[in-house]
Amino acid sequence: MIPTPTTPQILQVDKPLHMVSGATLPHYELIYETYGELNADASNAILICHALSGDHHVAGVDADGKPGWWDGYIGPGKPIDTDKFFVVCSNNLGGCRGSTGPTSINPETGRVYGPDFPIVTCRDWVNSQNELRQHLGIEQWAALVGGSMGGMQVLQWAIDYPEKVRHAVVIAAAPKLSAQNIAFNEVARRAIMSDPDFHDGRFIEAGTTPKQGLALARMLGHLTYLSDDMMGNKFGRELREGKLQYNYEVEFQVESYLRYQGEKFATKQNFDANTYLLMTKALDYFDPAAEYDHDLSAALAKATAKFLVVSFTSDWRFSPQRSHEIVKALLDNDADVSYAEVTSEHGHDAFLLPNAHYEGVFRAYMQRVADELSTGSPTTL
Amino acid sequence: MSQKSLTPISPEFTLISDWITPNSRVLDLGCGDGKLLTHLMQSKQVSGYGMEIDAQKNIAAIQAGINVIHSNLDNHDLPHYFDADSFDFVIMTQALQVVKRPDELLDDMLAIGKQSIITFPNFGHWRMRAQLVLKGRMPETETLPYHWYDTPNIHLCTFNDFEDLCESKGIEVVERAVVNSEHRSTLGMRLLPNLLGEIALYKVQKKRA
Repeated sequence: MIPTPTTPQILQVDKPLHMVSGATLPHYELIYETYGELNADASNAILICHALSGDHHVAGVDADGKPGWWDGYIGPGKPIDTDKFFVVCSNNLGGCRGSTGPTSINPETGRVYGPDFPIVTCRDWVNSQNELRQHLGIEQWAALVGGSMGGMQVLQWAIDYPEKVRHAVVIAAAPKLSAQNIAFNEVARRAIMSDPDFHDGRFIEAGTTPKQGLALARMLGHLTYLSDDMMGNKFGRELREGKLQYNYEVEFQVESYLRYQGEKFATKQNFDANTYLLMTKALDYFDPAAEYDHDLSAALAKATAKFLVVSFTSDWRFSPQRSHEIVKALLDNDADVSYAEVTSEHGHDAFLLPNAHYEGVFRAYMQRVADELSTGSPTTL
Repeated sequence: MSQKSLTPISPEFTLISDWITPNSRVLDLGCGDGKLLTHLMQSKQVSGYGMEIDAQKNIAAIQAGINVIHSNLDNHDLPHYFDADSFDFVIMTQALQVVKRPDELLDDMLAIGKQSIITFPNFGHWRMRAQLVLKGRMPETETLPYHWYDTPNIHLCTFNDFEDLCESKGIEVVERAVVNSEHRSTLGMRLLPNLLGEIALYKVQKKRA
């Protein structure tokens, strides 16, 4: 059976967005896709929040036949079962896949935003997604689900709009970045900004893109998504040419793989360098506990959602320890929380890959969310 | 979950349930598929969490509808996750003998809970003693069906051993029930628990200063 391609839709928001940075976006667009049917009382809606380089095409196939980035877990009969749920995913503001971002035209100047696009934060994303919620006629999300940066948005949602979130699924996330996380982001940004083709961020107007810098940033980012064990098993010290050349060309397979990943991201996928800068900044700024005297338990005190938290043993970007911090803060509040620490060698990337324990936990939890719908348990808190 | 009727449970769980005050907060260490906690939520309206190390049981516990924290009791996680006196009861059924340091875990349990309920198999039961004395071999019984080399039970003890440990730690035994492998209690077990009892259930708390 060939699935019907999903068609993205665009929401025009004319209500100004007052951003955390102090900037205001008078008008913006959010591109989004939906899967499944919204039920009569609009109680079965799930919002998926995407990670750094993700977009709104999370499931199904698009017009080009490309499957969504989390298609393995979202669809008919899958852990997030679109026969039961109405699933929504939007491209984050500041993105480059159709929502207003640095590649859009700034209505004030008539020029491409480029580096002038205001710095976005997790809270700004949540506020903009709340407009989408209202537009779709959803009083309360049955669940918010996200991995990595998406998991951080789920946390922000649960804190900022407690009455709008029934369940929060936070996967491979952290309550804030560590100094090491920020350091990796900074090296990635320096790689982009020091590319001669960056043109202070006005590369689109200059008719070019900082491909080298973006590819380097992606190579670095990609490294933090993999584990040492996984790279060892996949590449080891395998040579590309079968014998050492003693020069600066690609000697080892792992070098070839990383170069390919960087190249693909910067050229074929045509990711916008300014968006990459924005997303890494939003990650750096994420720290919901900061305004509660750096007390995460206090930050989560108002959250009324039930939580599922998942981490992966070989994830060193956002290690299980970081998920323990989230779980601990929820336990401090006597919140309903379940936690799974999934054994995987795939590092941070594990949240996108098949795994029996992960899938079992995910499926069992989403079944609980679905059971509440069918038994008519309270849909409002 | 409320829509499910009460599931039948083992006599051991029934005995534990009798010791639980309604509406209390409970932590179940090694909660397995969540059967005990589900029962206590239904019959005693308790709230709380289970902890479980096994991935399959972790999934089953989520299916059962309980809050379950996937955790290794040997990692000394309890004081990290919970403040002092967070629970009315910290329960651990048939797991004392599999942890690396039962004595330290007991301390942690009584730090985060007002009372603890612990069940374990009695290594002082006459059949254990008989197998060791008469056959000269490590015992294998219904309650302890493993070989010496593959058993997860690395810290087996007798009731007397456990009570000695409690005494040395200033822990008071509030209640004790001794049963056989069918979870029945006989007069003999009450008179000679350490010889005739197969499984013990203890409710303990810190002695008041």
